[in-house]
Amino acid sequence: MAELIQILISGLAAGSIYALAAVGFTLLWQASQTINFAQGEFVMLPAFFVLVGMTVFGLPLWPSVFLALALSLVILGVAFKRLIVEPMLPHGTLPLVIATIALGLLMKESVKEFYGATAQPFPAIFPQTVYHVAGASVSLQDIGNLIVSMLAIGGLQLFLNRTRTGRCMQASAQNPAVAEILGVNVKRMVLYTFLINAALATIASVLISPIYLAKFSNGETLGLVAFIAAIVGGFNQIRGALVGGLLIGVIDNVSAVYISAEYRSAMPLILLIAIILLRPQGLLGTPEGRTV
Amino acid sequence: MIRKLLSTAAIFVACTAAPALAELKIGSIVELSGPGAAAGTNFRDGVKMGFEEVNAAGGILKEPVTVLEYDSQTDPQVSRAMVQKAIDDGIYAITGTVFSSSTVVNMMVAKQYGIPQFTGSEAPSITAKGNPYIFRTAFGSQKGVPKLVKYMVEKMGVKKVGVAWANTEFGKGGHQAFIDEAKKAGLEIVVDVPSEQAQADFSADVLKLKNSGAEAFFVYYTEEESARFLREARKQGLDKPLVGETTLTGHKVIELAGDAANGAMGHVGLTPDADIPALKEMVERFKTKFKYTPDHNAIKGYTAAWTLKYVTEMVGSPDGKAIAEKLHGLTLKASEYPGVLMDVSWDETGEMSRESFFVKVENGKQVVDAILPPN
Repeated sequence: MAELIQILISGLAAGSIYALAAVGFTLLWQASQTINFAQGEFVMLPAFFVLVGMTVFGLPLWPSVFLALALSLVILGVAFKRLIVEPMLPHGTLPLVIATIALGLLMKESVKEFYGATAQPFPAIFPQTVYHVAGASVSLQDIGNLIVSMLAIGGLQLFLNRTRTGRCMQASAQNPAVAEILGVNVKRMVLYTFLINAALATIASVLISPIYLAKFSNGETLGLVAFIAAIVGGFNQIRGALVGGLLIGVIDNVSAVYISAEYRSAMPLILLIAIILLRPQGLLGTPEGRTV
Repeated sequence: MIRKLLSTAAIFVACTAAPALAELKIGSIVELSGPGAAAGTNFRDGVKMGFEEVNAAGGILKEPVTVLEYDSQTDPQVSRAMVQKAIDDGIYAITGTVFSSSTVVNMMVAKQYGIPQFTGSEAPSITAKGNPYIFRTAFGSQKGVPKLVKYMVEKMGVKKVGVAWANTEFGKGGHQAFIDEAKKAGLEIVVDVPSEQAQADFSADVLKLKNSGAEAFFVYYTEEESARFLREARKQGLDKPLVGETTLTGHKVIELAGDAANGAMGHVGLTPDADIPALKEMVERFKTKFKYTPDHNAIKGYTAAWTLKYVTEMVGSPDGKAIAEKLHGLTLKASEYPGVLMDVSWDETGEMSRESFFVKVENGKQVVDAILPPN
C-alpha cells in the first residue's frame, strides 16, 4: 500500500508537469489551429533563460525565474505568434506544422551551440525534505510540483470561465467571426493564448529541470509526452489535457514498477493507440466544436 | 594583359612557396551531442590537450599532428559513418568513441582498414571480439568490477545487494560482470532494475530499489543518468550505500547531482583527485585551459594522445599494423614515458592493466579511500 501511494504521488507529480505542456498544446490549437511541435522545446528553453540569469547576470534564483518568464512571454509568446504563426497560418495547417518542427530544431541546436551539449545542473525550487506518510516516503518536491501545476491549471480554468477576458477568449475560439461582430478583439484574445502558453511552458520548465537537468534535448521527450497527453485527454478540452498528463505520469510509474521497466516508454504509446481506436476524440474530448 | 600578369604571378608563387610540412592526422571521434556528450566532451578535450602538448614537444616523428574532430551524436550508426569519413580524410589512428554501443559498431570499420583505435569504452565485449586494432584507455568493467565486489564484501560486509543499470551495451557489460562476480562472492541479488538509455525520470527505479531489502546497491549508469538517479535517490530518502564503477562518482556527476552525490562511492580507474604528482599537474593544466575540472574521460583522452606518440616513435613510422603489434603486450612506465601519467600495460586483446582507486564523494569532492593494485 505504501508503495502504491508513493507511485501515485510520483506519477501525479510528473504527470502534472506533462499536463502543463499538454494544456499549452490544447490552447494553441483551440485559439489558432496551431499544432505546435516545438512545444517540448518551449518547455526546454526557459530553464536556460534561468541559468543565463544566474550565471551571466549573477541574479539569485527567483529573479532569474521572473527574467525567464519575461523572456518567454516575449520570445515564445509574442515573437512566436508574430513571426511564425501569423505569416504561416494563411497557408494552412500543414505548413505551420512544418514551421513549428523547424522552429523546434532551431531552438534545440541554438541552445546546444550557445550553452553546450552537456546537461547543466538546475537548482531545485523546493527543499529536499522527505516526509514519511503511512510508510511511504513523500518528497516535498513532488508535492510542490503537483500543487504548483494544479494551481496554474486551476487558475487558468477560473480565468477562462469567470472573467470577461476569459469568456471573450472562449468566444474567439468557438467562432471568431461572430466574436468579432460582437466587438471582441479576436487578435488580442489569440495573443493572450500565446502568452498563457509561454507562461505555462516556463512553469513546467522550472519544475521539471531539477529532475531532468537542463539539457538542449529535453524537449524531445517532453514534446512527445505532452502531445500524447493532449490526444489521450481530448485535444479540444483543457481538462482533457490535464487528465491525459496525469494519466501518463501515473501509467509510466505503475508500469515501470509492476510490469516492466524496459517497456515503460511503450506504455503511453499503447494507450495512445487504444484511445485512437476506441475513442478518437479523447477521454474527455468532444467530437465537435472547440472551447478553451 | 592584367590576366596574363596575374596568372604568371600565381605560377611564380606556386613554384616558389616553401613545401608544407608533412602532417600526421588523427581522428577524434566522440560523443559531442546526445546522451554521451558529458563523457565525450571530456574525452575530446583530453585528446586535444594531449596532442597540443605532443606538438609542443616536437610532434610525432618530428612531424606536427593535426586532430580532426567528428561528432558521433551518441548514435552507433553515425559513429560508424564518422569513422569511415575520418579514414577517408587520411587519419592514421583514432581516439574514441567513449560509448560502448558505438564502439562495438565502429571499431569494425577501423579494423578493416588497419587503423589503431584508442577507445574510452568499458564494455567487456569490446576486447573480447578478437580485434587486433582496438586498445583501451581505461580497463573494461570485467576488470574493475571484481575489485569493487571484493571491496563490498570484505570492507563493507554486504550480503544482499540490488542492481540498477542502464540497458545499453555499456550497461549490459557492467551488469553481467557484476552479476558473475557477485555470484562468485556469494552475494544475493535481491533486485535487478534496468533502465532505458538517457532515462530522465528515475522515481520508479528508486522506489523498486528502496523496497527491496538490499543492504547496498550497485549503480551502473552514464554520467547524466547517474546524476538524475542520485537526485531521485536523495529525493526519496534512499539511505543505503550506492556503489558504482567509474561513472557514479565522476566529477561531472558530482557537478550535476550537487549535494545528492555526497555519500556515493565507487571504484574508478582514474581520478583527478589521486595523489599522483604527474596526474595533479595534468589536471591543473586542464583546468587552466578549459575552465572546468576534468573527469576520468579527459585523462583517458590525454593519455591516448601520448601513448600514440610513444608507440609511433617506437616503431618509427605511422604504420597502423606495426603500431598495433607493438602495443600488444607493451608496458609503458610513467618514469620513462611521463605522458601516460601512471604505469600501464596492454595484453594481447588490447585490454589494459593499471592501478586503480576506491573513492567516496564527500562535500562535493572525490576522496580516495584505497589504492587497488592492477589485476
